[in-house]
Amino acid sequence: MLKNITLGQYFPGDTVVHRLDPRIKILVALLFLVAVFVVRTMWGFLALALLFTLIIALAKIGPVTILRSIRPLLFIIIFTFVLNILFYSGQTIYWQWGFLTISKEGIEKAVFIAIRLVLLIVATSLLTLTTSPMQLTDGMESLLSPLKKIKFPVHEMAMMMSIAMRFIPTLVEETDRIMKAQTARGAEFDSGNLLKKAKNMIPLLVPLFVGAFKRADELALAMESRCYHGDEGRTRMKVLHLKRMDVWALILMLAVSILFMVFL
Amino acid sequence: MDKVIDAQNIKYAYPTIEGTEPKLALRGVTLTVEQGQFIAVLGHNGSGKSTFAKHINVLLRAQEGTLTVVGLDTADETNVWDIRSHAGMVFQNPDNQLVSTVVEEDVAFGPENLGVPQEQLRDRVTEALRAVGMEGFEKRAPHMLSGGQKQRIAIAGVLAMHPDIIVFDEPTAMLDPQGRAEVMDTIRYLNKEEGKTIVLITHYMEEASEADRVFIMTDGVVTDEGTPREVFSHKEKLEQAGLLPPLATQVYYDLKEKGLELGLCPVTLKELVDELCRLA
Repeated sequence: MLKNITLGQYFPGDTVVHRLDPRIKILVALLFLVAVFVVRTMWGFLALALLFTLIIALAKIGPVTILRSIRPLLFIIIFTFVLNILFYSGQTIYWQWGFLTISKEGIEKAVFIAIRLVLLIVATSLLTLTTSPMQLTDGMESLLSPLKKIKFPVHEMAMMMSIAMRFIPTLVEETDRIMKAQTARGAEFDSGNLLKKAKNMIPLLVPLFVGAFKRADELALAMESRCYHGDEGRTRMKVLHLKRMDVWALILMLAVSILFMVFL
Repeated sequence: MDKVIDAQNIKYAYPTIEGTEPKLALRGVTLTVEQGQFIAVLGHNGSGKSTFAKHINVLLRAQEGTLTVVGLDTADETNVWDIRSHAGMVFQNPDNQLVSTVVEEDVAFGPENLGVPQEQLRDRVTEALRAVGMEGFEKRAPHMLSGGQKQRIAIAGVLAMHPDIIVFDEPTAMLDPQGRAEVMDTIRYLNKEEGKTIVLITHYMEEASEADRVFIMTDGVVTDEGTPREVFSHKEKLEQAGLLPPLATQVYYDLKEKGLELGLCPVTLKELVDELCRLA
């Protein structure tokens, strides 16, 4: 079961959306985020929702997958929704109890913000569902590369990110192994109150961390012996190439988003 | 023939906490390897064999004595990257030496670091994966592969740098018998077909018996060297090093004790079987 964990929430596929250059996708996702904040009317939200639905359909992502990506943040959405209803003081009041008021404006505001949050999540999920973590890192590295001029360690950060992704499954497997080993020795991981539970984690975390440091040490040696010495003089097998398709996608999305932002 | 590794009396002590007496891990190792040779370094835990291996591609630097690799002096700071590109190293734990989440990108990591032009990288990866018998696994994730497969990916990663020498530091210690066989087949292929000089650090006698030359290390010095047959017949020296001869050789000695002498001291099971058949 642990062998099958996916990294991030990448949904493999071979559609137009999947094939787009990761840099373009990152830029478009940013553009969408701005659009979601700038658009002020329900018509604007509807237009954006339609646009996102179109892209989801193009990427052949099932509606269930999209809904699943909203689930972890459902609590925050409901929480802000309730807060907005109860604490927004509007003109047309339906119900009042102390400082809690339910007003027409409050409900409107709450619905507005809830939709905005959902659209934000969908916009970012569109990026992470159709772009592998590796591509995302490469895209980020490429987009941030101008920062190298001011000595910002762009390459090092991208390398760290990709190594972290490489080791997630390895460490998950190790956690599983240590847990079984400690359970065999009588350790309990899911009994007692919160404090007890936290204490119970110590025999799991200590060996996990010691192991991780040992791995890091060995990996550093292995990388050094394969002549890794930073970004300088390094070539890449996979270089990101902008295709005509990418440019058109960017122009089209830019035009549509600006249209929405200006008129809706 | 050319000496590609020439170690003369090298000594090394790991850094210690201040105040304690540093213990020498290498107490004067002298060892030479010729171009295209397959050598095995055998030794007990703590004999210094892995420490020696790390000297060959300058992960550690000798504190005394001299070591030249492909004619380059390891004491010279400016030679470090050059030496590492000529002498690759495969480590014990396959999980801790793979860098990327995709096989082909991992194999490309070494040559990318060397600055190999982009248009040649793809060919290098394909060629290296073919040599280790892992073609078709380009897009796979390393953590989904078996230990033996991961170790072969690690070998491909080194191979793609086109080294002359490949040092294997107990490459089979963490593998199951099948993985061990896969890795040994690969090592044999690299030596015989691709002409790579192989340094195999191991504590498996059976693996060492395939080498052209075997070195026994005990407590940081080389105590014996020669062909596998020579070395395995020096029973006392092996015992001093805390090692047992391989099964085939052991049987030879046991038979000899009982008064039956075979014509040849066998080092592999196949040789033993051949000798026994000759008796009948």
